[in-house]
Amino acid sequence: MTGVPLYDIAHSRAGDKGNRLNLSLIPYDPAHYSLLAEQVTEERVLALFRHRGATSCRRYDLPLLHAFNFIVEDALEGGVNGSLNLDGHGKTNSFRLLALEVALPS
Amino acid sequence: MFRLGNGSGFSGDRVDAPIPVMRDLVAGGTPAALFFETLGERTVALAHLEKRRDGELGYEPMLERLVRPILRDAAEHAIPLLGNWGAANPPAGGRAVARVAMELGLPDLRIAVVEGDDVTGQVANGQLPVHDADAGLDMGDWRLVAANAYIGAEPLVEALREGAQVIVAGRTSDPALAIAPLAHHFGWGVEDWDRLAIGAAAGHLLECGSQVTGGVFWDPGRKDVPDPANLGFPIAEVTAEGELVITKPAGTGGVVDFRTIKEQLLYELHDPAEYITPDVVLDITGCTLEQAGKDRVALRGLRGHPRPETLKVTASFEGSWLGEGEVSVAGPNAAGRARAMADVLLERLRMRGLKVKARVDLIGLASVHDSDGGALWRDAECDAPEVRVRLAVESASRDDADQAAREVLAMLCCGPAGTGGARWRVTPRILTRSHLILRERVPTRVAIRTAKEMLR
Repeated sequence: MTGVPLYDIAHSRAGDKGNRLNLSLIPYDPAHYSLLAEQVTEERVLALFRHRGATSCRRYDLPLLHAFNFIVEDALEGGVNGSLNLDGHGKTNSFRLLALEVALPS
Repeated sequence: MFRLGNGSGFSGDRVDAPIPVMRDLVAGGTPAALFFETLGERTVALAHLEKRRDGELGYEPMLERLVRPILRDAAEHAIPLLGNWGAANPPAGGRAVARVAMELGLPDLRIAVVEGDDVTGQVANGQLPVHDADAGLDMGDWRLVAANAYIGAEPLVEALREGAQVIVAGRTSDPALAIAPLAHHFGWGVEDWDRLAIGAAAGHLLECGSQVTGGVFWDPGRKDVPDPANLGFPIAEVTAEGELVITKPAGTGGVVDFRTIKEQLLYELHDPAEYITPDVVLDITGCTLEQAGKDRVALRGLRGHPRPETLKVTASFEGSWLGEGEVSVAGPNAAGRARAMADVLLERLRMRGLKVKARVDLIGLASVHDSDGGALWRDAECDAPEVRVRLAVESASRDDADQAAREVLAMLCCGPAGTGGARWRVTPRILTRSHLILRERVPTRVAIRTAKEMLR
């Protein structure tokens, strides 16, 4: 097994609704869909945003589109209007997800 | 076939984007419409503040600049322009379009003004329940600025039926701007859920403009996109049978493929089985894609479910201030000096007893991914060639916010070695809260007049 960042095999976009963050995760190669389903769990994604106070994470699977949608609650310290963060929308967080490491069969 | 273009994805988007889209729609020769989405939750609130300052403002500031280059084609080729660019003041937005029409010698241009989304009174009276997502928000001493309901496609369809060539609306939902011209052209009923779902999907994919054609996507060496300086804004092609293809104008940069479509399809989505709009609940769980040519993607398997009984309302409140100050350090040990400066800044706020909530970013080490407490930069051990130190504070007192921000300015003399380039400012903060309202409590009004009549 080889450890690689998600960035090497998948892409992502972040969106927001208030204090709720949404992150898509899309493998470039649909063959990696099940590997991501196994390794990129709700717990691991929540852990990426714990330092900002995130309270829960839910993953929606889209097997026909070969994509995932993660919803992270309370991840934006108030969201676009309430946050002191420069990126109040949290749009850059897709790349925080893409830094997460997964194990690829070598 | 009907072709639906998008000319703007938010207030602040590229103002020349609609030109190639209009050119492509005209060249296509099929029935078409062009819509503009220029409102965010925050944009509405800021527009209300503008309107309070000057009763003839409060509509999209770029409105005239967006429509001027395309208005003649819109009129001559019967391609209606629709937008929520009326923001907090659709009648004033309508007059702005009328003035441009008169300049261009189009006095008979028919302009529709759609109103009724402003439900400030009902929120002020405490009549509306708070949306679950915001149940924990305590508005304390905040003052209500305005509240607007997300209205659906029906008043827009009515305006098109009566011959409107430009529609100036306020807080319509984004997908409604796409659903309306399609429903009008194909004669979809208000309970034709699977057809309306196609309109909602088209609207969702197009509402952020270039985000489906390569914007918020390009990543050199990984996701290369041709000519990002000239991204083509999207066009949806819909047939009477319900085929939906997303594409972009000829001769523009950008790309439309599975990657861009999937990213935008899931953008700001919660449950993929239930994307709620005022006109239909969209379910994309059965959706499949087909590359139908270069920069052409077809979507199939979209389903619609009955629309909700309630509409979402965004209420905006004012009552505190944001103070920000920034200054740079550079060269050897920049990170060490920046970290020390951050601690000294927080110490200064404590010493002076300023009533603020504060955060420090060390831009170059950790900022946008960091917490208010600086969990990441406090742990970052690396150095950086340059670091920009940013202090951000919130306070109910404008003076405290200003004094806190000025502590960054003072670092020009009192700070660590090699400090320079300070900026600081204080701006009012707006908080928003979502409510729900029964749709029958949001009666809408459509008024259509020619440009000439509107300025009389």
